[in-house]
Amino acid sequence: MDLRKLKTLIELVESSGIAELEIAEGEERVRITRALAPQAHHHALPPQHGTPMPMAHVPAPAAVQEPEGHTIKSPMVGTFYRSASPGAKAFVDIGDSVQVGDPLCIIEAMKLMNEIEADRAGVVKAILAENGQAVEYGQPLVIIG
Amino acid sequence: MATKSAGQLFDKVLIANRGEIALRIQRACRELAIKTVVVHSEADADAKYVRLADESVCIGPPPSAQSYLNIPAIISAAEVTDAQAIHPGYGFLSENADFAEKVEKSGFVFIGPRPDTIRLMGDKVNAKIAMGKAGIPVVPGSEGALPEDPKEIVKIARAVKYPVIIKAAGGGGGRGMRVVHTEAALLPAVSLTRSEAGAAFGNATVYLEKYLDKPRHIEIQVLADEHKNTVYLFERDCSMQRRHQKIIEEAPAPGIALRSLTRIGERCAEACRKINYRGAGTFEFLYQDDEFFFIEMNTRIQVEHPVTEMITGIDIVQQQIRVAAGQRLTIRQRDVVRRGHAIECRINAEDPDTFAPSPGRITSYHAPGGPGIRVDSHVYHNYFVPPNYDSMIGKVIAYGDTREQAIARMRVALSEMVVEGIKTNIPLHQELLLDDSFLRGGTTIHYLEQRMAKRKQTA
Repeated sequence: MDLRKLKTLIELVESSGIAELEIAEGEERVRITRALAPQAHHHALPPQHGTPMPMAHVPAPAAVQEPEGHTIKSPMVGTFYRSASPGAKAFVDIGDSVQVGDPLCIIEAMKLMNEIEADRAGVVKAILAENGQAVEYGQPLVIIG
Repeated sequence: MATKSAGQLFDKVLIANRGEIALRIQRACRELAIKTVVVHSEADADAKYVRLADESVCIGPPPSAQSYLNIPAIISAAEVTDAQAIHPGYGFLSENADFAEKVEKSGFVFIGPRPDTIRLMGDKVNAKIAMGKAGIPVVPGSEGALPEDPKEIVKIARAVKYPVIIKAAGGGGGRGMRVVHTEAALLPAVSLTRSEAGAAFGNATVYLEKYLDKPRHIEIQVLADEHKNTVYLFERDCSMQRRHQKIIEEAPAPGIALRSLTRIGERCAEACRKINYRGAGTFEFLYQDDEFFFIEMNTRIQVEHPVTEMITGIDIVQQQIRVAAGQRLTIRQRDVVRRGHAIECRINAEDPDTFAPSPGRITSYHAPGGPGIRVDSHVYHNYFVPPNYDSMIGKVIAYGDTREQAIARMRVALSEMVVEGIKTNIPLHQELLLDDSFLRGGTTIHYLEQRMAKRKQTA
């Protein structure tokens, strides 16, 4: 597998939402595991083969300090989207002012789109999930300060 | 949704349960190189099997209704993780036909029987009728739901002969039952059971059965694949019960002729073929005077499956997974050979005398081991037993060449076991393992409660 192909694969993993990519080409095999973003992936770390039970399943501590404010957490399992449809403008960006009831994002579950609304007025300080990322119950999504 | 090639096992299975059975299913999957996705409530975020899973998804807050019984959340978790199959374990949604149907409609494999089989066996009246038609002996009774007409009800009870027991069609597992000894008490008992059933199960249908005074609880394990192979893995004796909850189980059942067991086993396998059963299942019987009487069928893996595994050498959970993946059972009836004796003690986080639940942090834990000892438990040192779920924290299974050896090994194992910080029923087990009647074998389902009542009187 030549370096150019490898580089393309690495970029592919980085720009997408996938956590791990394994490709076999004949005898060769490459596995690329995504480096952990400061915001926790909801998936537990895949255990290394042969190691006993890992001591903590939470990924590396945040390199970036999360801003102060009220955290909106996901009320359900699903896929996080920042806009109403692909290509449309995101509901909110960092720095936007929101009122109570303003839509912040969508969680898609079982083919249904669920709008998540701000339950507090303020300014969007941080968006903690990525577009298209799978999220679990209780996962932090947006911080409003 | 990920697909699999025909005949291959799954790439990824979602485990829709918690506690020791989640760990059990995970072990079976890992051995077969199947990736596991574990769903969990917030209370179980630190569970051992969550940490060991390839992926885990938090599906809700601690209450079961919002997590382990939350069908949309579980199916959604399967979608976002691209799981192919869902194993429901026991309890929770494992016998919920709607869940099985929704799983299949969403494109996943439900590791268990067909939804309509679950629905049939979930209605205890229809299950009895279906089993009766399939040649399984049933407890004599009302042969269907009790009618509204009081005169008819009295007539039926007289024909069956007192004492009788009124049962809810939507109940099962020991819930929704009332014993009636005299005709005077019959009609009030029926209407009370009806209204309780309506409230608890949303189904006020009740039926009536002969109440057996000294029955044992004997159940037959079956396995069926989708290629017309059905086997019975013989019996388990689960008579040691308190309030219809099993405490000690064993296999084989002491003192029952092999001929009788073979005959009932064959009938169960035949009934499975007739109803096109798929997967693992258990036929539960009351056994009295060398006769078997069908009470209900459980269309799932059971808590006590390890005792059958120990004496047959067959991994029932793996067979479940194979069947669900469309493979044939790896065993034929002639391959089912029993060797030795196995006993299982259910370890509960509860006060051994009052049975009050005892959740909390296990401050010191040491599991037993050694020859013939198997421990199926998800707990570990410093584990916090959550108060939101049932109190079982694990099962200790002892195997021996003989029943005596299995009992001796269990005594040693329980003496080694350390669980501090919470109360457990280990002391109760230790008493029972020295009890004369238990050591003789063949105690009835009323034995434990009678024993406890006697001790209260003499105390």
